[in-house]
This record gives sequence, C-alpha cells and structure tokens, in this order.
Amino acid sequence: MKKELKTEEERIAYNCRKATLLIEKKQEIELSAREKMELQIHLAGCYICRVYEQQSVLINGMMRQLFKTQKDEVKLDDAFKEQLKQKIAAKLDKN
Amino acid sequence: MNDEPILNNLKEHKNYDGLKPAKWVEEYADYLYNFAFKRLNDETMAQDLVQDTFLSALEKANLYRAESSERTWLTAILKNKIVDTYRKKANVLSGHIDIGSVEDEPEFFDPDLNNWKKEHWPAPFGVEDHDPLNNKEFMNVLQRCMVKLPSLWMAVFKLKHLDEEETGFICEKLRITSANYWVIIHRTKVNLRSCLQKNWI
Repeated sequence: MKKELKTEEERIAYNCRKATLLIEKKQEIELSAREKMELQIHLAGCYICRVYEQQSVLINGMMRQLFKTQKDEVKLDDAFKEQLKQKIAAKLDKN
Repeated sequence: MNDEPILNNLKEHKNYDGLKPAKWVEEYADYLYNFAFKRLNDETMAQDLVQDTFLSALEKANLYRAESSERTWLTAILKNKIVDTYRKKANVLSGHIDIGSVEDEPEFFDPDLNNWKKEHWPAPFGVEDHDPLNNKEFMNVLQRCMVKLPSLWMAVFKLKHLDEEETGFICEKLRITSANYWVIIHRTKVNLRSCLQKNWI
C-alpha cells in the first residue's frame, strides 16, 4: 500500500523533486526565506539529496571546465576564405 | 585622446572609419569560426555565421565606434547570430515552446510522493575527493552524456557557463519564461547526474 502524506512536514521531507529544484536555484539566486527553510528541513533528513547537491555543484564545475578549455581546433578552408574575401570586396566596391 | 589615427582613417576609408574590411578574413575569420564552432558544434553552421557576420558588419559599419576593437565588435555581431541560431534550432515559436526531452528519459521521482524512485537514487561517484576536474576519463563520460541533451538545454548551459550570461538575459534571448528556465536547468542536471552514475560507477 502506498504511503499517504498527512502533514506539511511530511510533504517537505518526501519531496525530493522540489528539494533538487531548490538546490539548482540556490546555486544561482537567493532563495526565499520559506524555500530556505524547506530545503534545510529536507536535507537534514535526506542523505541522497545531500549527495545530489554535492554532485550538482561538481557537474557545474565540470561543464565550465569542459566549455572553457575547448581548443581552437577548427580552421576555415582556403577556398572558402578566398570566396569570402571576394564577397567582401564586391560589397566594398558597391558602396 | 589622440586624434591622429582618426584623421588617417578618414583619409583611408570614407565609409568605414576605423575598420579595415579588406583585412578581416586574414585577421579574424579563423578566430570567429572557432568562436562559433565551440558554441554550435556544427562546422557548416559556424562557417555560414562567419560569412553573415562579415556581411552584416559591412552594412552597419556606420554603427561602429572606435572605443571597441574591430575584433570585439565583430564578435558581438556573431554572438547575436549564434543566439538567433539557438532559438531557431530549438524551434521556439512565439507562444509555443517545446523545451524538449532526452530520448527514453525515465521518470526519476515518484509521481505521488515526489521522492526519488529507488532505482534512481543518487549514489556517490567515488571521485569526489580525488580532484575530479583533472580526471580525464570522468570528464569524458560527462562529455558523452551531454551529447544526448536537447539543443535548447545545451544552449542554456553554453550561455550560462561559457558566456557567463545572467538568467534574465538567457530567458529574454531564447524567449523562455523563468519557470521554463528552471525546469530546463533541473532536468538537465538530473539527467546528466544519472548518466554519469550509470556510465561511471
């Protein structure tokens, strides 16, 4: 039989969906007083959301690093560059 | 300010004060191409945008102000075009937005109780205390996981982490509400986390 959540405290304690959303928001904006309280209550009793929080912060750092360390690895081919120069020259002539 | 260079430029180009379009391809084409490629991961699209950038820069050369460098100015034009492309790729039509989903995306949370389903419980990766950012294999797993994300989600994260844009700016440019923004951030992270766990542990 499925559990029924009776009190507000129980609903907060069970709501990992909301807690993980708040964990995301918290990394970017200031949570409202109520949200802070809800998250605090939830995390106090939920080990897996504490693991989630730590990993969420880590993933943000990993993404930043992956994006920022991309090398300048592509080069336009010479034929394309030549065409581009001609297009620019043609446009300059018109003006 | 020294006004000598301005005089020189006036002599050289009547309509392109401070700009040297004849040298653009040599000096900036590869730079701009890489800039676009890093954001779009598509060579043809990046190439088209470089061309569009030069051509529209010529059209609005009168808007150029010498306070910014030529390269900064051209990059700003390209940036706008990249954001337009993100929006088009995501198919964001006015009033209707499909924020997308990952193929075979499971429901991670119980629909009634909203707690994690047991099979999706986050577990420690085991690398947390071992300098994970320098763990190449671990970073590669994340990179492979990111490939599966819908393009709108990627666009949000590139704007956020690569260009360090503010939430308000991202929502405005991609024409999404802030509620949509948080849904995207949340679903992306829940998905990536799960993908990392599945492919690493």
